[in-house]
Amino acid sequence: MSDVNTQMVEQYRNNFLREVEENVEEGEWVKMCMQCGVCSGSCPFGPHWEHPPQEIFMMIRAGKRDEVLQSDSMWMCTSCYNCIVRCPRELPITHIMHGLAHYAKRLGIAPKNQPTYKFAELFWKNLSKTGRVNELKLGLALYFMNGIGEGIKTSLKMKDIGLGMLMTKRLSPMELLGGHKCKDAKGLQAILKKAAELEAARIPAAGK
Amino acid sequence: MSKKSYSFYPGCSSQKAASASNYMTSVNSMCETLDIQLNEIPDWNCCSASIGYAGGGELPRLALSARNMAISEQANPGQDIVATCAACWLATKETQERLHGDSKLMAETNEALAQAGLKVKGDQKVRHMVEVLIEDFGYEELGKHVKKPLDGVKIAGYVGCQTNRPFGIDGESYENPKYLDKLVETMGATPVENYDKKVSCCGGALAFSEPEKSQALIKDIIESAYDGGADMIVTPCPVCQMNVEVYQNHINQKYKTNFKMPVVYYSTLMSVAYGKNGKEAGLDGQMIKAKQLEEIASK
Repeated sequence: MSDVNTQMVEQYRNNFLREVEENVEEGEWVKMCMQCGVCSGSCPFGPHWEHPPQEIFMMIRAGKRDEVLQSDSMWMCTSCYNCIVRCPRELPITHIMHGLAHYAKRLGIAPKNQPTYKFAELFWKNLSKTGRVNELKLGLALYFMNGIGEGIKTSLKMKDIGLGMLMTKRLSPMELLGGHKCKDAKGLQAILKKAAELEAARIPAAGK
Repeated sequence: MSKKSYSFYPGCSSQKAASASNYMTSVNSMCETLDIQLNEIPDWNCCSASIGYAGGGELPRLALSARNMAISEQANPGQDIVATCAACWLATKETQERLHGDSKLMAETNEALAQAGLKVKGDQKVRHMVEVLIEDFGYEELGKHVKKPLDGVKIAGYVGCQTNRPFGIDGESYENPKYLDKLVETMGATPVENYDKKVSCCGGALAFSEPEKSQALIKDIIESAYDGGADMIVTPCPVCQMNVEVYQNHINQKYKTNFKMPVVYYSTLMSVAYGKNGKEAGLDGQMIKAKQLEEIASK
């Protein structure tokens, strides 16, 4: 377990709700949940969440810190925003789920082999390198994220799609050699670095 | 009508030889007919969509869209920012809302932007291309340019998630928005009535990381279009388009279905109806060919 995680456990002993309110994006909304369950019932991936959003909100209040932060539930969010527009209390549920997932990652306790966690990290690395997403490199990184063997298997499985995209000029092998990018990628990286520093100064567990 | 100018945010998938480059082709053709000038935001960057959250915290993610808005204010002052991609539109709009709702976030964002000599106010309106069509033109005006009505083509309007929620199009409901159906009708085609997967999720970015779970959703979206008698599906979102089109072979293998449903953009339909040829309408970008549109375009 990471130092920062231990530090947060010490700091917020027995008050996970307050920890979420002070450290998680949009976390101050959690206490507003009235447990109606519309979010859980509206989620397209609903059956795949170990703890659907309604349950997560109650677990936060019940202090189930490890069960929430180590869960792969939040990583099931497809960002469809159904829960947000249907919530009678207007909680920004999608953003709270993203916020919890991100917080768990910062503490180093998110489930390591969760595929969406891995993909989301790859996506961020990919875009922050040049300022724009390189779809080919992102796709290949995704296929090979669980090693060479599985990567080759996935690539073979996906080859009809890759070929189809190539034939319709919606994919170019040239993207492997540099590809699209921001001219001022350096400036963009400086902005991101500064933003991360500012956030780290404000939120105790940030910047990890 | 006189020329209309907008500050344009095309987004990563619209670039040359990227997954929605065919969308861009058809948008350009549509805009030519409607006399719309798109002034690209110089050196724009990725918005991090809805999947950047593992790597990037709130402020870095806001800073991404803020950079685009800052450059837009400099280069295209006084113009509305227009995005064709649902995720680009949503991320930019969300950033604007957060920055205006929290002066501390606004101050910190500007502190970060200053690293590259930029400053954001965030006062330009952020709009989806569909809003431009409906609000600045209107169905009647859009219909005036139709040269080849899409007679006899039955189309399921798949609105999906992010062009619909949480912001959506003014005056439309979240559960049953009608604008795509109206656009389909305006182009002379027939919308599928009561398409019950109209606003369902295709899995979004999780189609990559959770393919099986997402393909189960996609299967229902296509099946429901067939049930309604659709010849093709139309969508306003690059992720919806790709997810619903390209996995059909995999879905057929897994579920023993026989899907071969073309999935096009509203701008594809409009370009064909406006008399553009197949290439100009981006029809060569279809992995599942939209044969009826090809026939109309080649007439």
